[in-house]
Amino acid sequence: MGNNILVKLNNVGFQQNQKWLVQGVSLQVEKGKIVTLIGPNGSGKSTTAKIALGLFKNIEGQVEKFTNNIGYVPQKISIDWTLPLRVRDFMLLTDNLTEDVIDEALSLTGVINLKDKSLGNLSGGEFQRVLLARAISKKPELLVLDEPVQGVDFTGEIALYELIKEISEKLNCGILLISHDLHTVMSATDHVVCLNGHVCCSGSPKEVAKNSEYKALFGEQASQTLSIYEHKHDHVHANDGDIKKN
Amino acid sequence: MFDDFFIRALVAGIGIAFVAGPLGCFVVWRRLSYFGDTLAHSALLGVTIAYSLEFNIAVSIFLISSAIALILIQLQKKTNLPSDALLGLLAHSSLAVGLVVIGFLTFIRFDIMGLLFGDILAVNKKDLITIWVGGALILFVLRLIWKPLFASTVNYELAQAEGLNPDRAKAVFTVLLAAIIAISIKLVGVLLITGMLIIPTAMARNLSDNPKKMVIFAIIGGLLSVFIGLFSSLEFNTPSGPSIIAAALALFIFSLLKVKQTIQLKN
Repeated sequence: MGNNILVKLNNVGFQQNQKWLVQGVSLQVEKGKIVTLIGPNGSGKSTTAKIALGLFKNIEGQVEKFTNNIGYVPQKISIDWTLPLRVRDFMLLTDNLTEDVIDEALSLTGVINLKDKSLGNLSGGEFQRVLLARAISKKPELLVLDEPVQGVDFTGEIALYELIKEISEKLNCGILLISHDLHTVMSATDHVVCLNGHVCCSGSPKEVAKNSEYKALFGEQASQTLSIYEHKHDHVHANDGDIKKN
Repeated sequence: MFDDFFIRALVAGIGIAFVAGPLGCFVVWRRLSYFGDTLAHSALLGVTIAYSLEFNIAVSIFLISSAIALILIQLQKKTNLPSDALLGLLAHSSLAVGLVVIGFLTFIRFDIMGLLFGDILAVNKKDLITIWVGGALILFVLRLIWKPLFASTVNYELAQAEGLNPDRAKAVFTVLLAAIIAISIKLVGVLLITGMLIIPTAMARNLSDNPKKMVIFAIIGGLLSVFIGLFSSLEFNTPSGPSIIAAALALFIFSLLKVKQTIQLKN
């Protein structure tokens, strides 16, 4: 069990300008598992992901990383257009990949037709698909996805979440996922961490949905949505003949 | 062949154009034009120190420029002044101190115009070796740090998260910038070196849709500027540095025609 851990956060926190962005977070991401961070705006989701990635220097607590093969989809990415960049150039940003590997990844996220387009001419949803393709193309052991489907159309969103789940199974990689979309996220998630400046609750999606703090944070509605969804999820899997239970 | 001053200047210019193209692209991409300018201004101080201590000029400029870069980083950390103000402070004060020191060194005759704007007559065989060996070294090191430097230019956090070392690449790049200033001062002079880095690159941006193309066009633009500039400098007896930069400007203006076309196509 122990050697399946990819990254482990032990009571970590980070403060900026004397203000704690997040504090007291412990979690771990294992191979083939999806850990989802949920929480309201400003609750420290992205900060926690960045701590896990080692992007901050002065953090509290310990981060143990057992892999350096990481794919990252940041929440915000501003690219300066003084730099001419096509999708194919962007795919090669941090790794040397073959044409075949690039094509495969772009096909998976449905944007192979954009390969020679300039990055600046993409729509928000298209760009998001390219970001995801780039992160998975290097066959990472750990994927950190910060709101990976923002701006993607509704059908695309579901397809991409399916894809993320598929990737975690196929590559046996661990995924740290951030999303505010409770509906879709929970179906694929093994472990949910609900943040609000600190960990307010965590566990399996079902456990979290029942938690009173979660209800207080997202409202009774969200809790119900979640259980309805889990029901649906059960059903889909039964049709597929999958024996996995909730 | 290298006995002719014009051939020497041409060979020097070609060498510098090859290095200035790729470095210039990063200067533009990373928005470092004013930073490059500051390093270049401080080069004058480097020259005066080299003369007064009878030290190698290129090495002296390189050391002073690197020192200025370090001082800048310290000032950025310790003061609340914005970067552009600090850059202005360092650029003009190092230029001023350089000129004041020249005033004290009455026993040496300086060609101040040559230092500020370049002087092709001053390029000797030793300079050629400095330019070509130094230039090759700069390109070699740039090749080594290309991946992390480029990735962090596109997005710093992405590069760092995926295991590249952007901070080291940035530090090395600053040193390379100081190095190209050191080797190109004789050709274009301290006030115009940044132009050599930026103007052909700006032209290249108008003509390219990907980074590799932009680097190649920047090199070609630099080479053309050197040829046109030096030949017209010989023909019309104009100073070499300004002639090269003026030629680069002319090329940039031509490249605007292409931009106009693409914008019309888009509409």
